[in-house]
Amino acid sequence: MTQIFYLLSITALIVSFFKSKEKTMLALKKAWKSFENIMPQFLAIIFIIGIMLSILTPDQISQFLGSESGWIGVIIAAVIGSITLIPGFVAFPLAAALLKSGAGYMQIAAFVSTLMMVGIVTIPVEIKYFGKRATIIRNVLAFIFSLIVAALMGVLI
Amino acid sequence: MEKLKILIKRYRLFIVMLIINSVILMINPSLGAKSFSITWQNTLEMLAVIPPIFILLGLLDVWVKREVMIKYMGDDSGLIGILIAFFLGSAAAGPLYAAFPVAGVLLKKGSRLSNVFIFLGAWSTTKIPLLLFEASAMGTRFMLIRLILDLFGILIIAYATEKLLSQSQKEEIYLAAQEQI
Repeated sequence: MTQIFYLLSITALIVSFFKSKEKTMLALKKAWKSFENIMPQFLAIIFIIGIMLSILTPDQISQFLGSESGWIGVIIAAVIGSITLIPGFVAFPLAAALLKSGAGYMQIAAFVSTLMMVGIVTIPVEIKYFGKRATIIRNVLAFIFSLIVAALMGVLI
Repeated sequence: MEKLKILIKRYRLFIVMLIINSVILMINPSLGAKSFSITWQNTLEMLAVIPPIFILLGLLDVWVKREVMIKYMGDDSGLIGILIAFFLGSAAAGPLYAAFPVAGVLLKKGSRLSNVFIFLGAWSTTKIPLLLFEASAMGTRFMLIRLILDLFGILIIAYATEKLLSQSQKEEIYLAAQEQI
């Protein structure tokens, strides 16, 4: 997918360049400016993720999420999912492994859903663009929604 | 000197995290080293994924006229706006925090707030490559049920968030978007 994006952006750049050199240079300038704009937060976030993932290992996570853990397990899963930030291609094999080692579907659904929708660590970046109120509303709603997803998944799977 | 001060101020959280990690490294070398190595890997990954997103963002800002964005994603864009928002988010690559600057450009160009939240929701959960990955790791049934639930969830969250904001709060968001790029 990343390759497709490179291909797409390079093609777009070339087309843009032939249409207008000035506009293309302006676009690159803006690209750099907005990248530089959130660079401090990006770097801090990446460090927080690194520290968190080194302390919180998959083994530890699976201890909390057994299928007998019930709603407490779901809440714990949702909280872990909200504060951690794991790329999808790591998260799904992890979730599959957790399922195999005895975690329940409800707990895993809560974990996967909050992992993707709720971002405690990225809240500073979100606030920068959407302000405090919108950010808090979005994350709280996403958290509640993830619990609903977990409940439904528990019934449907 | 003044510039350096501003730079340090902007990067202060990063500097604090760097110091914390270094302290961990001294107290518990294996934990600290592990953390540094995860951070390094994630940094490389970020640097690999992010450049095309920002280049496209820059081109979008320069080439797409405000009137066009308002027509297709603005207040009266209706179903088209919703579909475009879903498509843009689902076709994306990269972590959610890379979506915020793109969302900033959409706002700046006059996209409706709920559509921007739909875009964010799609980026976070219905990315196509990720769905394929989810299906192979968790099974197609798990992926499909979650996808269908998420489609509703994204819409509900988007409209509820928009509704819960006052007019002045919305205006502030649009104003902030003007300054971001």
